[in-house]
Amino acid sequence: MRLEYFEMIDSVEEFDAERGHIRAIARVPMASPVFEGHFPTHPILPGVLLLETMNHASGYLLLGLHRLTKLPLFTGVKKGKFRKFVTPGMVLEASADLIHDGSGFGVTKAMITLDGQRIADAEITLSLVDFPTPELAAEIRRRAELIGLAATASA
Amino acid sequence: MSSTFEIVAGVIAETSEIPLEKITPEVHAIDDLGIDSLDFLDIVFALDKKFGIKIPLEAWTEDVNQGRAKVEDYFVLKNLCARIDELVAAKNA
Repeated sequence: MRLEYFEMIDSVEEFDAERGHIRAIARVPMASPVFEGHFPTHPILPGVLLLETMNHASGYLLLGLHRLTKLPLFTGVKKGKFRKFVTPGMVLEASADLIHDGSGFGVTKAMITLDGQRIADAEITLSLVDFPTPELAAEIRRRAELIGLAATASA
Repeated sequence: MSSTFEIVAGVIAETSEIPLEKITPEVHAIDDLGIDSLDFLDIVFALDKKFGIKIPLEAWTEDVNQGRAKVEDYFVLKNLCARIDELVAAKNA
């Protein structure tokens, strides 16, 4: 995770287009300016960043399912729950399952676990839009390749 | 058995917190009820599930943008219900 750059996913471990499933790894950094404020002397990853991590897992799932041709945008969250504290150095697993393949949008059930224990979960809605610029499309493809999604999604 | 309109009205009322009595077949979902695009996604999600269809929002948007259809053709509720009935009939054909 590079929290300051909103790069929440480090690697995609599993992408299954048929099942509409993705599983990824998110390593919480040991240090970040985020932890200086949340909280001083007692660092905890903010719940909003756990939500963002579930959003990214869901976004990469939809990116992969649409073969990197559409940009998923976070448009809604329901049933968000944050069950345990996340602290620096933890290695999280972020997963998402497609529960609805709509026209121009998708809905996922996303989850974060630590050693098999549920940390957070939410139902996430993402709109699928055309990339506003070719540069952004290229950058997203580069990022997808970096975390190992591009190879699995286009296979 | 509930009519298509009753189901659609119920979904809109529940999703958008609009009183059921304001939702009639003649109203325009956007202009009259003030439903925005994000609420509409939730409504379409619920309708897709209830009717077992995939409402082709992208194709409808394209039709409107290309001048092949008017916004009213899809967003006045009686027309929306007619489109849903067509999709259900096509699914069952």
